[in-house]
Amino acid sequence: MKSDASSRRTSSLLLASIATAAVLTSVAPEAGAQESRRRRGGGQEAKPVELTPEQVGQLTKVANERKLNVDDLLAAAKTFMPSGRHDEYVLFASGGQSGQMFAIGVPSMRLLRSIAVFTPESWQGYGFSGPDDHVLKSLEINGKPVLWGDTHHPALSETNGDYDGQFLFIGDKANARLGVIDLRDWETKQIVKNPLTISDHGAAFVTPNTDYVIEGGQYATVLGYGYAPLEDYKKSYRGMVTMWKFDRTKGKIDIENSFALELPPYWQDLADAGKAASDGFFFINSFNVEMATGGIEKGNPPFEAGASKRDMDYLHIIDWKKAEAAFKGGKAKKINGFPVLMLDTSVAEGILYFAPEPKSPHGVDVTPNGQYMVVAGKLDPHVTVYSIEKIKAAIAAKKYSSTDDFGVPVLDFDAVKEAQVELGLGPLHTQFDDKGYAYTSLFLDSAVARWSLGGDYAKLHSEQPWKLVQKTSVQYNIGHLCAAEGDTVSPDGRFLISMSKWSVDRFLPTGPLLPQNFQLLDITQPGTTMPVIYDLPIGVGEPHYCQMIKADKLQTWKVYPEVGWNPATQRLDPNAPKPGQEGVTREGNKVLVKMVAVRSHFTPEHVEVNEGDEVTWRITAGETAQDATHGFCIGGYNINLSLEPGEFVECKFIADKPGTYPFYCTEFCSALHLEMAGYLHIKPKSQGAAAAGQDAPVATKAE
Amino acid sequence: MSSLLTSLVGPRVPAEELRTRRMRYLTPTLIFMVSRVLLLVSIFFPYWHMELEAPQYPNGLFLTAYVNHLGGDVREIDGLNHYIGMRPLGEAAAFERTASVWAIIAMFLLVEGAAFVHSRWAVLLALPAISFPLGFIGDLYYWMRTFGLNLNPDAPLSSSVKPFVPTVVGDGGIGQFKTFATLGVGYWMAVGCAALVIVGFFFHRRAYRPLFLQATAARRDRSA
Repeated sequence: MKSDASSRRTSSLLLASIATAAVLTSVAPEAGAQESRRRRGGGQEAKPVELTPEQVGQLTKVANERKLNVDDLLAAAKTFMPSGRHDEYVLFASGGQSGQMFAIGVPSMRLLRSIAVFTPESWQGYGFSGPDDHVLKSLEINGKPVLWGDTHHPALSETNGDYDGQFLFIGDKANARLGVIDLRDWETKQIVKNPLTISDHGAAFVTPNTDYVIEGGQYATVLGYGYAPLEDYKKSYRGMVTMWKFDRTKGKIDIENSFALELPPYWQDLADAGKAASDGFFFINSFNVEMATGGIEKGNPPFEAGASKRDMDYLHIIDWKKAEAAFKGGKAKKINGFPVLMLDTSVAEGILYFAPEPKSPHGVDVTPNGQYMVVAGKLDPHVTVYSIEKIKAAIAAKKYSSTDDFGVPVLDFDAVKEAQVELGLGPLHTQFDDKGYAYTSLFLDSAVARWSLGGDYAKLHSEQPWKLVQKTSVQYNIGHLCAAEGDTVSPDGRFLISMSKWSVDRFLPTGPLLPQNFQLLDITQPGTTMPVIYDLPIGVGEPHYCQMIKADKLQTWKVYPEVGWNPATQRLDPNAPKPGQEGVTREGNKVLVKMVAVRSHFTPEHVEVNEGDEVTWRITAGETAQDATHGFCIGGYNINLSLEPGEFVECKFIADKPGTYPFYCTEFCSALHLEMAGYLHIKPKSQGAAAAGQDAPVATKAE
Repeated sequence: MSSLLTSLVGPRVPAEELRTRRMRYLTPTLIFMVSRVLLLVSIFFPYWHMELEAPQYPNGLFLTAYVNHLGGDVREIDGLNHYIGMRPLGEAAAFERTASVWAIIAMFLLVEGAAFVHSRWAVLLALPAISFPLGFIGDLYYWMRTFGLNLNPDAPLSSSVKPFVPTVVGDGGIGQFKTFATLGVGYWMAVGCAALVIVGFFFHRRAYRPLFLQATAARRDRSA
C-alpha cells in the first residue's frame, strides 16, 4: 500500500529540512546571543542651532550681566560640555609633588580623576591595606618608606610613534623612580627604582614602539648611590641615562633586559626619542658642562651662575640601537648590580656624540617626521633646530670641532644646525601641529610662540619658513606646553595646553599657596589667531608635563572583566572568595576572613578574633554594574580599600589593639549604604583567647 | 499493516496519483517542514525581553528569556531584587528550562509525524506545537506571579514594596524602575510555527480527505 515515490520524496524533504535547520542553528546562536540593547543616555544629540532674535536677546542680556565679550562667549561655546557628553581628548598630567597623575577632559577641562602612583592615596585604597601593603613595599628605597614622589614627565605608550592608549609611564624626579600605569583600569602596576642614581629628571620618554622607556638623569652623583666629596667631582661624579626595556605583554618593565649608559657629569636634562627619519636615536639636553660645583657660602659662584658661564652646552646624541647591541654583546659593566655601558665603550662603539647647543637649554623635541630636533634656549632667545640628516652626515664624515674631557666627539655646530629662530625670552619646550607650525613655551615672556617649520613642512603653511608667527600671552610663567597628540608622528592641531606655573591673580585667593593654571588655547586656525579659551586651576601638586590623547584610543574597562579580579596581577585571583565561601577560619593565631561585598551588605558581618592574631582579610566585590564601587575600612588600623566592581582585595594586619571595631563601606554605594557595615571584635588576651580556646574558629560561616 | 494502524495513519497515496498531482500532496509536507524548522531554530532566539529603566542606570538593564536560559543583566537584577525579597531569577522555571529543548525536539518530531499521518489524528500530533506559544506565556505569567507575590517579608525594603504581579507583556513599574516587556523573535517564530501548522492542515485536509473518504468507502464495501 505504501507509495515508494512518496516516502522517498518525504525522506529527501526531511533530509533537506534537517540540513536547513543545521545551517540555521549554526549561525543563529551568534545572532541570538547578542542581547539587543537600546542605546540611551550619553547626552542629547546635537541639532544645528539657529538663534531667534529673542534668544539673541537672552544671550546678550546674560553676557552683559556677567560682563562677557564676544570672545568670552565663543570661548565658552568651544569648551562647554552638556551633561553626559564626553570630551574628545584626555589629558594625562603629572601631579608634581603630589606624586600622582591627573586625567583631565579636553576641551571641557574637567578633572576626571587622579591616579595614585608614588603617594599612598586613600580613596583609591592605594597603600592602605595594612603594613604589608604591596604598594608600600614597592615604594621602599633601601629599606626606607619613601611615600611621595615628584612626578614630572608622563609618557603614553606608542606604536609606530603614535599613542596607542595602552600604558602610561611617569617619572619621579625626587627619587629616580618610574611608574607604569595600565590604561585598562587606570591603576599603577609597577614602580621601578633606578639602582644608579638617587634623583633624575629626564623620565619618561618612550621609543617609537615602546621598546624602551628612557630615564635621563639630572644632578650628577656617584653612580650606584656612592659617596665622594665635591672635590672629586670630575673624577667620581657621573651622569647617566637608563633604557628600561618594556614588556608589553606583561605590561611591566623587564628589569633583566634593561641597561644604562654612563654619561659625563654634566647635568642631563630632558630627552626625546627620535622617530621616522631619526628612529634609533634619542637626544638629551644638558647644562652645567662647566661642571660647576657651587658653594656660595664658601665664596664660590652659586650653581645658578657657575652652571651658566659658557655660551654652549652639549646636546647628547645617542644611537640606542648600537647601545642595545653593545649591551647584548656583553659590553656593559655592572654598577650596583645594574649593567652600564661605560663612557669609553660608548665612544669606541660610536654610540654617543655631542653637538653644541646654546647656553643652558631646556627641552629637546623631535618634529613629527623625525627630521628635526628643536632645542629651546632657556637663556637664549632662540630655538636651535638640528637636522638628523646633517647629524648623520657629520658623524659619517667625522666633522668634529673637538672632543670633550671624557673623549666624546663634539660635532661641528654649523655642520649639524638647520636653523635658529628667535622667539622671545625663556624658550623651554616645543610641540607641533598638523599645519607645519611649532609651538614653544616662553617662560620669561609668559607666552606661547607659534612659529613656522621649514623643510618638508614649508608647503603646509603660507608663512616664511623658520619664522615666528604669533605670540599669545598666558598667565603666568609657562613651563611645559602640550598640543593634542603634539609630540607624536601625527599631531592633531586642535588644542594646546599652557601649563602656567603661576596663577597670581587668575582665581580667588587661596591663601599664600596658589594653584597652577592649566590654560587651554584653540590652535585650530592658522596664522595669528590662537586665543586662550579656558583657565583650569590645579590645586593639587605642581604638574610639569602632560600629554593629550584622543579619547577613543583608550580601551578602558568599565568594570573588571570577571568577579574576583586581582588588579595587581591583572587576572582572576584563585584566592578571591566566591559567594557561598564566606566565613572566618583560624589556624593557630592566623585568622583568615573570606568576605564578599555586594549591595548593601558584607558577608560575614560579625568577625571575632583574639588580641595578637594575624588577620588576613580577603574581599571580593561581587558587583558587575558600572560605578557600583564599595569601600572597606577599619578605623584605627589605617585600612581603607577601594572595592571596584569585580575587584578582589586583600588586607593584612596584626590585631594588637583589642576592642570593638565597626567596619563599613566607605563609598556611598546604595540607599542602604549606611547599613553596609559590620563589627570586628578583638578580644583582649585577659578574657578572650583562653576562654574561646586558641584552636576553635571564633566566628562561624555566615548563613 | 494492521487495520487499526491503517485507520490511524490513514490511506497511502497511490504512485500514479502522486505523479500526476504532486503539488497537492507536497504542499502540506512542505508547510509542516518549514513550521518545524521555525520551531527548532526559535531555541536560539529570545522569547521574551524586559527592559528596566531607572535614573542611575542610564543604559537600562535588560533581561532576556530564551526557552532554556536567561540572558542579560541577571546578576544585577538579582542584586536589586534582594532588596525587595524576590528570589533569584535562576530559581524560576528550572524544570521548564531543562525540559524545553527536549520538548521542542519532541514537537518537531510530532509535527514531522503529522506529515505522514493522513487521517484526522494528524491534528492530535500537531496539537502541542500549536498550543506551545500559549503555554509559554501562561508559564511566564505563573512564575512572575509566584515570584512577585512571594516576597521575603524580612527583606530590607519589605515595608515599602508590597507583593505585586510584574507586567508580563507591556509597560509596568516597581520602585524607581519602569519596566518594558515585549515578546521576542523566538516567540514569534513559535507563533509562526503554530500558524503554519494550522495552514498546513488546510492543505493536508484538501489532499488526503478525498483519499480517506475513498478508503473508508472501500472498507465499508469490503465488510458489507
